[in-house]
Amino acid sequence: MPEHSRAELLLPIADDELVLGWRNSEWTGIAPFLEEDVAFSSIAQNEIGHARALYGLVAEELGTTADELAFDRPPCEYRCAPLAELRRLDWAGTIARHFLYETADELRLDALKESCDAAVAGLARKIDREEIYHRLHAKMWFDRLRDEPRFRTALLELWPYALGVVPEHLRDRFGERAELPSNTVLQGARGTHTAELEPLWEEMTMVRRSIPGAAW
Amino acid sequence: MIYEVFRQERSGQAFQHAGAVVAPDAVFAEVYAREQYGRRGESAALWIAPREALTEVGDFVDELGRNYHRVDGYSLKAKLREARDRAGTLAS
Amino acid sequence: MSTREQEFLEYVQAGGQAESGDWLPEEYRARLIKFIEMHGNSELMGVLPEREWILRAPTLQRKLALTAKVQDEVGHAQLIYRVVEDLGKPREACLADLVSGRAKFHNVFHYPTRTWGDVGVIAWLVDAAAIISQKALLKCSYAPYARIMKKICWEESFHILHGRDVVLTMMLGTDGQRELVQEALTRWWAPLMHFHGNPIPPDEDPMVVWRIKSQGNEEARQQFLDGYVPQIWELGLSVPDPKLRKRDDGVWEYTEPDWEELRLVVTGHGPRTAERLDLRRAAHENSAWVRQAVLAEAA
Repeated sequence: MPEHSRAELLLPIADDELVLGWRNSEWTGIAPFLEEDVAFSSIAQNEIGHARALYGLVAEELGTTADELAFDRPPCEYRCAPLAELRRLDWAGTIARHFLYETADELRLDALKESCDAAVAGLARKIDREEIYHRLHAKMWFDRLRDEPRFRTALLELWPYALGVVPEHLRDRFGERAELPSNTVLQGARGTHTAELEPLWEEMTMVRRSIPGAAW
Repeated sequence: MIYEVFRQERSGQAFQHAGAVVAPDAVFAEVYAREQYGRRGESAALWIAPREALTEVGDFVDELGRNYHRVDGYSLKAKLREARDRAGTLAS
Repeated sequence: MSTREQEFLEYVQAGGQAESGDWLPEEYRARLIKFIEMHGNSELMGVLPEREWILRAPTLQRKLALTAKVQDEVGHAQLIYRVVEDLGKPREACLADLVSGRAKFHNVFHYPTRTWGDVGVIAWLVDAAAIISQKALLKCSYAPYARIMKKICWEESFHILHGRDVVLTMMLGTDGQRELVQEALTRWWAPLMHFHGNPIPPDEDPMVVWRIKSQGNEEARQQFLDGYVPQIWELGLSVPDPKLRKRDDGVWEYTEPDWEELRLVVTGHGPRTAERLDLRRAAHENSAWVRQAVLAEAA
C-alpha cells in the first residue's frame, strides 16, 4: 500500500518544478550570453515538462487535469518550497539555486524511484534521466563560478532555503553533497510561502483567470 | 573560443558541418552544441572541434586536365557504334 | 566599380556563392554585415515583446510552446551573429550598436503586446511575414548565411503552426476570446503591411542586385497577402483596410501604408523602442561579469 496519496507525494515536487521552471523561464532572452540563453531555456522547459507529467499522475487520482492543478489553486494551496519562489534575476543567485536544487532533487528522485506505485517509480526514472543533463549543466557552472565572491555569497544566502526542499531525513546527505552544513537553521519550510509567491501567481494566472473555464 | 559543430542527421550518414558555438571550454561547447543542433532530436550524433584544430584546404590545381581517372575522360559512343557495325549487331 | 568587383557581381548574378574566406567587394561586405546584423538584432529584440507572455501562458502546453519558440529566436540570433562575426564584426560590437541605438531592427518589434490575442497573431502572421523574407534568403550569394537560413526556416515552421493553433482555439472559444484576436489583428495590421519595407523596384534594390535576397519588397508583401488574407477571412476576422482586395490579375490592392511611420519606427522612435533597448542594455550590463568570468571578455 502506498504510504502517501499521489497528491501528498507528488504535488510538492510538481509545484517546485512549476514555480522554479517559471522563475528560470524569466531568463529567456536576457541570459548572460546567447548560447547559455538557449541552454537554460531548455532546462526551464524540462522543469515545466516534469511538472506537467507529475501533475498528470496526480490528476488521474483526483479526476482533474494537469492544467487545473497547475493554475487553478489559490496561492496558499501550493506546496512548493520557498526556495523556488525567490526572484533571482542575478546570474550568481540563479546558478546557486540551480546547483542547490538539482543536488536536492537528485536525492528526492532516488527515493521516488523506489516507490511501490509503478507509475510514480517509472516517471521518476524518466525524470532522473533528463536531469542528468541539468546536473551536468549545474556542475559546469559551479566549477566556473566557485571562486567568484558573489557566487559564494549567493550559495550561503540560499542554503537555508535549500534545506527546505528535502524532507528532514535527507538533509544530512544533502549537506554532504553540497559541502554545506546541514545543521544550518532552516529558512522557508515547505508549507510556508514567501511574499514573492502571490505576485508570481497573479502574473502566472492572469490570462487564464481573465476568462475562467475557457480553452486556450 | 569558437567550436565548430558537425552533425549526423541519421545513423550511417556522413557528418556535415552545421555551424559553430562560442564556449570557454570543451564541456560548455558540448552543452551548447547539443542545444543548438540537437534539442529537437534532429541529430543522431555530433562532432565538436575547436576551430583552430581545423585546417581549410581550397585550391586544387589541375592545369593539364587529368581526366584519365574520371568518367568524363572516356567517350565510347563512336567506338561502340563502329564495333557493333563490325560484328553485324548494329541495330538498324 | 573595379574589374574584380564587376566580375564578382556577374558571378553572384549568375548564381555563384561566396564563402567566409573569399575575397569580397567592400560594398558587398558592408551591405551584408548591415543586413545580417539587422536580422540578428531583430531576432534578439523580437524576444522581448513575447517573453512576458511565457510567464502568463494559460496552459502548460502553451507555456512550453511559447518558451520553445522564443528559445528558437535566441538560437537564431546566435547563428546570425556568428555569421556576422566571421564577416569581421564581433558579437559584442553588434550588441553595443544595438543598445546604443546605432543599429536597427525590424519595425514589428518596436510595438507593444497587450493581450494573449497578440501572442496568437504574432506567432501566426508576423512569423509568416518573416518566413517569406527568410525563404528569399535561402539562395543568398553569401553561402554561410544561406546555410543558416535553411535551419532557421525549418525551425520557424512550428512557430506558425503554434500561432495558428492559438488563434483557432480562441476563435472556437468565447466571444471574449474572439474579440481578443480581432482587436490584436486590428492593431497589428499596419506593422504587418510595413514589414516587408517600402516598394523598391528589385533592380534598384542593392540587396537584390548583389543576390543577397532573391525577392523584392513588394513581391514579398504580395506573397504574404496572397497566402494569409484568405486564412484571416475564412475565420470570420476582418482586416482594417476597406480597400484590401485581390484584383482579377492576381495583384492585391490595399491602402498605401504610411511609410513615414515605418521610417520613424526603425530609426528608433517606435512606441516601445526605448523601453526595450533599456531592458536589453541593463541585462547586458548586469551580466558583464559573467562573460568576463566565463568567456574572458572585456566587460
